[in-house]
Amino acid sequence: MAERVRVKALTPPGHVRAPFYLRGKVGVIERTLGEFGNPEQLAYGLPAERKPLYRVRFTMAEIWGARAERPGDTLDAEIYGHWIERLDADAP
Amino acid sequence: MPHDHHDHDHDHFHHEGMSPSGHPYRGDNDGPLTYWQRMEIAVRELMLEKGHLTPAEIAAQIETMDARSPANGAAVVARAWIDPAFKARLLANASEASREMGFDIGPLHLIAVENTADTHNLIVCTLCSCYPRNLLGLPPDWYKTRAYRSRAVREPRTVLQEFGLDLPDHVTVRVHDSTADMRYIVLPARPEGTEGMNEAALAKLVTRDSMIGTGLPRSA
Repeated sequence: MAERVRVKALTPPGHVRAPFYLRGKVGVIERTLGEFGNPEQLAYGLPAERKPLYRVRFTMAEIWGARAERPGDTLDAEIYGHWIERLDADAP
Repeated sequence: MPHDHHDHDHDHFHHEGMSPSGHPYRGDNDGPLTYWQRMEIAVRELMLEKGHLTPAEIAAQIETMDARSPANGAAVVARAWIDPAFKARLLANASEASREMGFDIGPLHLIAVENTADTHNLIVCTLCSCYPRNLLGLPPDWYKTRAYRSRAVREPRTVLQEFGLDLPDHVTVRVHDSTADMRYIVLPARPEGTEGMNEAALAKLVTRDSMIGTGLPRSA
């Protein structure tokens, strides 16, 4: 059973790679990708912490609601660990 | 949308700015350098002065970048069509599988997504224009437009129809937004009637758009 996560609905200033249209949306982790330098620091030439990166799969219904072109179609995006909250209480 | 282009300067429609055939001339680049143009020149000249690079090395690198074409990606796809073990390695780790074929993809992290009888994949980068250049060369202009980037995630089926691709109802569309460190290539389904074809002939069927997901391979 794929783990459910929600993209944090934050709007910090600066360079961020969590797309605005996915903030607050719930998806499932499609796969884990390893750790990568945090682009929010790299963008400014700062030493970057390594952050876990996940591929999260959303349904079009979750993203666009009743306006979805086809509710069951999906969208995958890469989201950094510090941008998601885990929704399954029993997850490790 | 596939034929949208922005090479022309539409700012002046006065007649003397037109060629005899009525096509606008491209303006000369007589304006001042931008900040980043100055930065590029400064860094390049410093690198040359300090002996870290030669002009020939810089020219060769530009040539290498310009020489990349969708033929590299097509070769990878054709190999996957004829070699099930390679296909499994490609889907498990597309970077390693591409290196195995001799393609220098640098530190690129590549993910291959497979089109099947009931799944069609489409690649986009909504935040900028991330594209698997090492395998597909430079991205088409439309890939970088705000129209493609915003509509591919919002109404992918309508976008695909505009590219001439009408997907059957039972097919699920999976859009992949390259938001961070991964790059994507679509592994299109092998066209029917190609059983007797060899790898080189198959590669010729693989179009750039079929590896972005906005098209299908040519038929045999």
